[in-house]
Amino acid sequence: MTGEFPPGLILVVGGLLVPLLRGYLRAAFMLALPVIAFFYMIGLPYGELGKIQFLQLTLTATRVDSLSLMFGYVFLLATLIGTIYALHLKDTLQHVATLIYAGGSLCAVFAGDLVSFFIWWEVIAVASVFLIWPVRTERAWRAGQRYLIVQMAAGVILLAGVMLHYRATGSIAFDLLGLDTTAKALILFALGVKAAFPLLHNWLEDSYPEATVTGTVLLSSFTTKVAIYALARGYAGTDILVPIGTVMTAFPIFYAVIENDLRRVLSYSMINQLGFMVVGIGIGTNLALNGAVAHAFADIIFKGLLFMSMGAVLFRVGTAKGSELGGLYKSMPWTTSFCMVGAASISALPLFSAFVTKSMIMSEAMDQGHFWVWLILLFASAGVVEHAGIKIPYFAFFAHDSGKRCKEAPLNMLTAMAISAALCIGIGSFPSIFYTLLPYNATYEPYTLNHVVTQTQLLFFAALAVAVLIRTGIYPPELRSVNLDADWFYRRLGYRTLMGLDAVASWAWAQVVDIAGAGARFFNARLHNHHGPDGVFGRWWPTGTMAFWTTVMLGAYLILSYL
Amino acid sequence: MTDAQNGAPHGPAPDEPKYWLDHKANVDKLLRGFYVVCAILFVIDIFVPKHGLLAIEHTFGFYAIYGFVGCSAVILGAKLLRILVMRSEGYYDR
Repeated sequence: MTGEFPPGLILVVGGLLVPLLRGYLRAAFMLALPVIAFFYMIGLPYGELGKIQFLQLTLTATRVDSLSLMFGYVFLLATLIGTIYALHLKDTLQHVATLIYAGGSLCAVFAGDLVSFFIWWEVIAVASVFLIWPVRTERAWRAGQRYLIVQMAAGVILLAGVMLHYRATGSIAFDLLGLDTTAKALILFALGVKAAFPLLHNWLEDSYPEATVTGTVLLSSFTTKVAIYALARGYAGTDILVPIGTVMTAFPIFYAVIENDLRRVLSYSMINQLGFMVVGIGIGTNLALNGAVAHAFADIIFKGLLFMSMGAVLFRVGTAKGSELGGLYKSMPWTTSFCMVGAASISALPLFSAFVTKSMIMSEAMDQGHFWVWLILLFASAGVVEHAGIKIPYFAFFAHDSGKRCKEAPLNMLTAMAISAALCIGIGSFPSIFYTLLPYNATYEPYTLNHVVTQTQLLFFAALAVAVLIRTGIYPPELRSVNLDADWFYRRLGYRTLMGLDAVASWAWAQVVDIAGAGARFFNARLHNHHGPDGVFGRWWPTGTMAFWTTVMLGAYLILSYL
Repeated sequence: MTDAQNGAPHGPAPDEPKYWLDHKANVDKLLRGFYVVCAILFVIDIFVPKHGLLAIEHTFGFYAIYGFVGCSAVILGAKLLRILVMRSEGYYDR
């Protein structure tokens, strides 16, 4: 019986039951679900469990190993924190979507074969769009549609890859795949869409900031991390991931500086953090993989925390735009403090979480001889200080006082943020406990004098640069604006092209109608000439006309009979 | 962003009590403290035993200088990027 179903199924089924409950009972039920799933999960034995025969395929519902467990822990943690954060919500749809989405993600990381993984991948895509649409605006509706189209397209590519792979090898096993066939390249491409590879990334910064206050927090935790899990499982040590990840760390930080919507700044920041993980997976040594997995874990917590703090601002003030905010520390001191913990964590300040996770990847990049990669990662780390470490808390809570006054975030939101903040500090300050959970054998000591001092120097001098540029007025101000990104190609170029084609088609059709109309009018006019009131045939009685035609026929007959 | 564009009064109400951070002198004090910390961090680089693999890491002040230059480059680069990619807020709605 044990392991017949994956732990995520508890959340999915529980989510379907949520509409039956009301009030405190519902809240208690939703909070209990991740706890029950946790105890079920840690009770599972290692190995492949829950085999299901489906057509000619043997599906593995539950594969338990240290990699899937690590993602299991953090997904359940994120579900619990996200549920607490959303407890004030009356919207049943969002609660159901949350649990199915989180449960689907959990099922995906426990899926033992590619087909099961694909099925849960689709569940995730559909469930997650119901965290965008409940904003119930035209804008969110469109953003959700674009999001769903991209997710579905990625799903189709994944399915194609899996089918080709099955036809070539007869196997649907989801182990180390590598990149030696077209099928495997297709699977990597599909995962690349979800992991926001450069030029495939635009769905992320397009949709996440348009989701609901609580939805963005959940979206940031699962979709991309399922992709990171799948990359670690199937493509560890795939060389091409190193340059891809490096580009991901570097280009979004420029966008993050000039973006006005602070939730969109965090979305760009997210691509930057995913880049570090992708580099770690590409390097593929035990330490680098541990670094990637550990950083995914830490990122879910600190990025969630930052999204929660910006969500609280959006919830209370009604906007998360840097140009409209400022001085909110006076109204929301707790949210401000928690946000700053998240900012310190993502910046990898000593004693905060990313300091003990990101450094594994950095250190291994250097040890494996990727000098330029290391140099760019270091540059990107300095960039993180600017947009996530300083910009987010500074423009929201300090900077120029906007005069906006509001209530502190609701208690449930503060509780969720407090738990995340405690985890950020806990992981960063006591890494040895956290390291025991990591899936691969490797040793790493983050707290050496050299590491602490050099990292602090890097961060403080990056911050110094920001301070100097703000003070001298060189720093670009927050402006109400839209910055063009790769989504321009389908939102504007593609749209305009379609509209253009539509115009050409309409014009061509109009020409066809015109010409046909002219022909018809000409024919009509001739008809009128002969058969109209003044026409030759119009002047006679119908009997006369008949006599005329009979004469013509008889004449013709006479001529023909002589031939 | 000017007040007129936002359509609402911008800035704190005049009768509101001032916070500690509202005084520019205090902000200056904080920043001066920060500059001092940076200076100390820069100097102690001499005393820290380096165990990095690369020669560049053993260069005096490498991390501090790289952090400062890197971050400035990001900000200035982004400023240039604005010329290329910035559009009005309703760009996609038109």
